[in-house]
Amino acid sequence: MSAAESYVTPDGRTIGGTVLEMKNITLRFGGVVAIKDISFDIREGEIRAIIGPNGAGKSSMLNVMNGFYHPQEGEVWFHGQKRKPMKPYQIAKQGIARTFQNIALFKGMSTLDNIMTGRFNHMKTNMFLQMIWKGPAEREEAENREIVEHVIDFLEIQAIRKTPVGALPYGLQKRVELGRALAAQPKLLLLDEPMAGMNVEEKEDMSRFILDVNDEFGTTIALIEHDMGVVMDISDRVVVMDYGAKIGDGTPDEVINNQAVIDAYLGVEHE
Amino acid sequence: MFYREAGDFKKTYAEDNQTFPLRVDRWAYYLVLVIAFGAVPFFINNWWANAAIIPFLVWAIASLGLNILGGYCGQISLGSGGFMAVGAYSAYKLMTSFPDLNMFIVVLISGAITALVGMLFGLPSLRIKGFYLAVATLAAQFFLVWMFNKFSWFYNNSASGQIHAPTRSVFGYEVTGATATAPAKYLFCLVLVVLFAWIARNLTRGRIGRSWMAIRDMDIAAEIIGVNPLKTKLTAFGVSSFYIGVAGALFFTVYLGDVEVGEAFGIQKSFLLIFMVIIGGLGSILGSFIGAGFLVLMPLLLKYIMAEKLGFPTDIAAHLEFVIIGFLIMLTLVLEPHGIAQLWRVAKQKLRLWPFPH
Repeated sequence: MSAAESYVTPDGRTIGGTVLEMKNITLRFGGVVAIKDISFDIREGEIRAIIGPNGAGKSSMLNVMNGFYHPQEGEVWFHGQKRKPMKPYQIAKQGIARTFQNIALFKGMSTLDNIMTGRFNHMKTNMFLQMIWKGPAEREEAENREIVEHVIDFLEIQAIRKTPVGALPYGLQKRVELGRALAAQPKLLLLDEPMAGMNVEEKEDMSRFILDVNDEFGTTIALIEHDMGVVMDISDRVVVMDYGAKIGDGTPDEVINNQAVIDAYLGVEHE
Repeated sequence: MFYREAGDFKKTYAEDNQTFPLRVDRWAYYLVLVIAFGAVPFFINNWWANAAIIPFLVWAIASLGLNILGGYCGQISLGSGGFMAVGAYSAYKLMTSFPDLNMFIVVLISGAITALVGMLFGLPSLRIKGFYLAVATLAAQFFLVWMFNKFSWFYNNSASGQIHAPTRSVFGYEVTGATATAPAKYLFCLVLVVLFAWIARNLTRGRIGRSWMAIRDMDIAAEIIGVNPLKTKLTAFGVSSFYIGVAGALFFTVYLGDVEVGEAFGIQKSFLLIFMVIIGGLGSILGSFIGAGFLVLMPLLLKYIMAEKLGFPTDIAAHLEFVIIGFLIMLTLVLEPHGIAQLWRVAKQKLRLWPFPH
């Protein structure tokens, strides 16, 4: 794929060059082929959705992106460089953050501490400075706390700042998890079913946060979602997977009119 | 009514993040420090020092250490007794090889040596978790005790196989050996306890502490945030073993004076330390002190009540003591699985709202 040119969307956001490019990814677990020769790209500033029926390989794709799985074939290019096989924590250092389908918060810690943990890669003071605390460590803590407080304001979770996350309702836990990923100020944010199990109101809130994150911070977002209405509304481009293969790729309008997608995913075509 | 944050405004993030956010707590803390440093040394006698206060201080350091590993980083270790032995034997070798070395330095180097040993035995923690890790660290316990028995170099070829703490001093005051006075020994331990508690609090409140807790709560999520699991676990093993090594060194030099490794640092010490941490409260600095206090002072109290007040024969008192302590441990765990520190936390929460129920 040639270097993509930047363009401006109808609602005024600038979509830049390619951030992440997956080239001919094949992932096998023994005899099971989870992902079959899939290529697609994610461009700077866009919201890219990955959709597909259950078991299509969407989550596996996300796991390849952030290094939990290493594909048997294919290459991952990040910011114009071919990525060597890396551990997830090394990939996090490159600026990819994610949330999980089943909430993966640190249950024993407060909301604030959970989101502060998201700043881990940005905090540098060594163990001896941490032991003394007064001085550089305390200063660094306050600087990062300020960024975290911005995230807390943004997500409107000020009131639960010091509540242990285990005690929070589901929707708020999802929001805290998004906050933890946002605190890392990632170049690319991966969201695995951010709206699973939510009611309509919570879904609307979450959609608004995703759009605002993209709009205000210019964060590139790749998300997996089952709610077609949400996906079609908020994403710029959509990849459709079925049985590990890519069956569609394009704008929501293109995808929704794609015959293969209709057959595989949306079911029988209505009149 | 008195225990409120009302009117206690925080203007900076540092103030919001301080160890004792409430003014009352801060005063209480300073008061305890003033009494511990300013008053106790003038009243302490040999009996109180040797039976209660020094073991309490030594076990508090060990308990802080195990709490860092178990309570904050979530790694179970049954090797604490062995690591205490490493601290003790390191201190013995250092004291006999360099007689002029300041005891503070002896103790700290012993801690550092134990930290290295602890990290070595912490390596399996990358692959194994939970009970399996406990069994792996159990190997450390038995191996280390065996090693200190087997190789006579460690006990300087003494005929009895025991190690004996020679008289050493800090700034002109003897802190080890038979002639050391109670106030000197007490202050020596107290300085180390305050120092290590302060360091433990600082480590657990910041970046490193959060990475430990992240590994404890959800290691996969910790990894995608950028926490290197091996490095984090090894740091926890290192810091924890440092504390336990320092405690072992103090246990031998200041408290016991004479040590036979199997007897002083056997598996029962590992379990005692785990009881302290669990009863006190996992993941709590205060809990480490409460746990150490509970298991050091409670037997004394029971012994006093049964033998002195009620006049039971000594052997029956000794047996009943085990029964009652065991019962108290179970009672605590049933009433509050998160330890006495959690009870205290709940009490404080109630106190804030008092006299209103909600």
